[in-house]
Amino acid sequence: MLKRREIDFQIFEMLEAERLCAQPAFLSQDRETIDAILDSAQRVADETFATHAALADAEEPQFVDGRVRMRPEVQTALKAFVEGGFMGTSFPEKLGGLQLPYVISQVINWIFSDANVGTAGYPFLTMAAANLIQAHGSEEQKQRYMLPLIQGRWFGTMCLSEPQAGSSLADIRTRAEPTGEGDYRISGTKMWISGGEHELSENIVHLVLAKVPGQPAGTRGISLFIVPKYRLDDQGQPGPRNDVSLAGLNHKMGYRGTVNTLLNFGENGDCRGYLIGQLNQGLAAMFHMMNEARIGVGLNAAVLAYSGYQHSLDYARNRPQGRTAGQRDPSSPQSMIIEHADVRHMLMRQKVYAEGALSLCLYGAALVDRKHLADSAQQAAELECELSILTPLIKAWSSHYGLKANYWGLQILGGYGYTRDYPLERIYRDNRLNPIHEGTNGIQSLDLLGRKVLQNQGAAFRLLMARIGETVSACTGHSELGEFASQLHQAQMRVLEVTTALGKVASGGDVATLLANSWTYLDMMGHLVVAWMWLRQAVVAQVAMPQASAEQDYYTGKIQACAYFYRWELPQVEMQAQQLMAMDASILQMAEEMF
Amino acid sequence: MKALVPIKRVVDYNVRIRVKGDGTGVDLNGVKMSVNPFDEIANEAALKLKEAGVISEVVVVTIGTAKAEDQLRSELARGADRGIHVVTDEEIQPLQAARILAELVKRENADVVIAGKQAIDDDNNQTPQMLATLLDWPQATFASDIKIDGGKATVQREIDAGAETLEVDLPAVISADLRLNEPRFIKLPDIMKAKRKPLDKVELSEFDIDVPKLEVVSTSNPPAREPGRMVKSVEELVAALKDKGLV
Ligand SMILES: Cc1cc2nc3c(=O)[nH]c(=O)nc-3n(C[C@H](O)[C@H](O)[C@H](O)COP(=O)(O)OP(=O)(O)OC[C@H]3O[C@@H](n4cnc5c(N)ncnc54)[C@H](O)[C@@H]3O)c2cc1C
Ligand SMILES: Cc1cc2nc3c(=O)[nH]c(=O)nc-3n(C[C@H](O)[C@H](O)[C@H](O)COP(=O)(O)OP(=O)(O)OC[C@H]3O[C@@H](n4cnc5c(N)ncnc54)[C@H](O)[C@@H]3O)c2cc1C
Repeated sequence: MLKRREIDFQIFEMLEAERLCAQPAFLSQDRETIDAILDSAQRVADETFATHAALADAEEPQFVDGRVRMRPEVQTALKAFVEGGFMGTSFPEKLGGLQLPYVISQVINWIFSDANVGTAGYPFLTMAAANLIQAHGSEEQKQRYMLPLIQGRWFGTMCLSEPQAGSSLADIRTRAEPTGEGDYRISGTKMWISGGEHELSENIVHLVLAKVPGQPAGTRGISLFIVPKYRLDDQGQPGPRNDVSLAGLNHKMGYRGTVNTLLNFGENGDCRGYLIGQLNQGLAAMFHMMNEARIGVGLNAAVLAYSGYQHSLDYARNRPQGRTAGQRDPSSPQSMIIEHADVRHMLMRQKVYAEGALSLCLYGAALVDRKHLADSAQQAAELECELSILTPLIKAWSSHYGLKANYWGLQILGGYGYTRDYPLERIYRDNRLNPIHEGTNGIQSLDLLGRKVLQNQGAAFRLLMARIGETVSACTGHSELGEFASQLHQAQMRVLEVTTALGKVASGGDVATLLANSWTYLDMMGHLVVAWMWLRQAVVAQVAMPQASAEQDYYTGKIQACAYFYRWELPQVEMQAQQLMAMDASILQMAEEMF
Repeated sequence: MKALVPIKRVVDYNVRIRVKGDGTGVDLNGVKMSVNPFDEIANEAALKLKEAGVISEVVVVTIGTAKAEDQLRSELARGADRGIHVVTDEEIQPLQAARILAELVKRENADVVIAGKQAIDDDNNQTPQMLATLLDWPQATFASDIKIDGGKATVQREIDAGAETLEVDLPAVISADLRLNEPRFIKLPDIMKAKRKPLDKVELSEFDIDVPKLEVVSTSNPPAREPGRMVKSVEELVAALKDKGLV
């Protein structure tokens, strides 16, 4: 139940979701309706998703006679999910959705991913595909392909990666040749495709990046295609196979409930694809949707961090082991391990990483909604700008520190944490994916420093600093929070100094030096931004506390956690700032042969 | 045929409740509240009978604070046709609840009451029985299966020795046990539709509930269980039990 309390805090108290939902653009929903929706989500998640999380992990999907065989519980759960109306929650009502704010749809995602992240992968991908068609597809494509996705009749995939091209999509080889009939003949191999083949839905809609021959090399020659598993007849019903075949399955460390495939397109020269949007604009269209997909990945990482925290907290309260320092009597009963200071540190680290990441991801999700509601084009552009610089931080910081949180959670369970009898081992393996997919964390750091921070003369960076500054100003001089505000301000000044210095290196054209320590830069920025999130949480807790006599512990815990982050985590910014100011590119002098 | 289904707002079954420091009751501040699970089962049973064409209207009733409307809406979203909310901040005890329900049954001309066998907050297991008595209707409690045909209900009941089957003439009061069914999930579009379903608010003052009430003197946690002790033989066990005055 602590989890629901945390959801309520993050969305209703931190992000004023009640006001957001009340907007006509979101059909003026009241708090009671949102509560009822989340209650229903929790029920379906508890009774159909959570019940097979360990099973689907233990028995991952198998490749049998060219088909995928998986646990039947996955299908039952997804049927309940679709019938419950959870598929298109953030889509407009006229398309069959509920027109809920994006941030609410992300909380629904939280509830299902917490219960079973592998099974939750299918709707997650399906919504991403529907989103993309909504943004870039023609009216006809929306009718024929997007609606069945929103209705949950068909599922979707994202086909970007290939065996030889993961981070570097410029080097994809999948080809799309015009047939002369308005569509394209697709040929090539896609690797790592989540949900690429299964019998969970009547059809699968693949969104495929491919190159049309004769177009520019590299990313400027990439286009995006709809490639259905079954071609549609005139009524829009699935007809014959479309020459997409399953070449094999990847056997993974985690997220084992989400089948991961190697797919061959056009082995028999008969795979049809339909261009979405403009020719050669495929990557742009894909990246347009990337912000939201990356919030989703960051949130998944944060959710897994939080799940691990909850499990280890429960364990720590119930595991008697040893006696507290100072208790010398060996015949005295053992203490619960939560009483040991070292275990409390492990709990606290998880709390600050998990709840810090949750608030960062949901803040990002709320930016999507605020952008939607913006009064002017300029306001929308500003919000987009803020979101674009936060996105790599949301994705990479949450997945890096989310995994660290799981490390500490598992540690609290001691030897039991290392076994499959407790969920932490699985959660840890699941969460290991999040630093890798949707652009590795290394690539995120290049995106942050090489693009988002420095582009447009640092406009996005300045905007973000101004936002942090607003929180600092509001807390300056406050008896309890003023100290945090001044530390945050100091850290902010250091980050500014480093960024200015790196900007000079960039204008000098020394890209190698600029990017040599990009991860350290992301790590530093992430800590700054999460420190900001913690101060925001402390402010809300401070204000709420006097009226909430029964919840003193909950709110005091928030303020304690904020203090902990400032005491034990934020100082890292100063150390990293020093390293970055040194412009140390010595790693480049460690030639390949020297390793 | 019209069915009346009483619904109670109770502390969610997942919550680990805490007794208030001064012993005046359970601390409900900031605690998650839900529909009593047995009432969900009762409503589900009524809805199934409606789908089978046996019942034509399902009316859900709650007696409670303004917030209890959330639970009533929840059961409307599950599929009930209409709601009645008797609004009160007063703590209602079983006999009072039974009296209010009896009055509503008469007003509504209901043919059957399907209720949860008990509420998980105070676990009284009294209201359906009292209601049947006040109405002078037959009752079938702890139902694990209900069939209605030709003015009679055939009810399988859970009893200590297993199960027994009873036949009662309608109108009757039936109370639902855990294994009667698994309540369906509530669909999001139905939550939206439930907002527009009719819901009548009724004042408590319309009912005669002036009956003696139980007075709660104090509330406390059950005593902590004492650690067990292994004994080597039956003789030792008997001696130990005698020692404690248990045999
Ligand atoms: C479980 C799972 C599910 C996936 N689902 C999908 C899916 O549904 N659809 C899809 O299209 N893809 C999917 N992927 C693919 C995923 O997006 C890629 O794995 C990821 O983009 C990395 O590509 P790669 O594995 O080829 O690694 P590489 O690109 O080979 O990278 C290897 C390492 O080199 C680093 N590196 C690479 N290039 C650079 C550079 N220029 N500068 C600095 N460092 C660099 C990377 O950071 C990384 O650490 C999935 C992957 C996994 C594991
Ligand atoms: C794969 C595997 C192989 C193993 N092989 C062997 C073997 O061959 N032989 C053998 O004898 N054992 C073996 N072990 C047991 C292993 O040594 C124990 O798991 C380990 O000592 C921790 O004990 P525990 O699991 O009971 O955790 P606990 O002692 O319950 O510890 C749980 C958590 O509480 C913390 N904690 C506990 N007490 C205190 C305290 N006083 N102060 C602060 N923190 C505290 C711990 O640091 C830990 O984080 C093995 C374990 C595993 C997982």
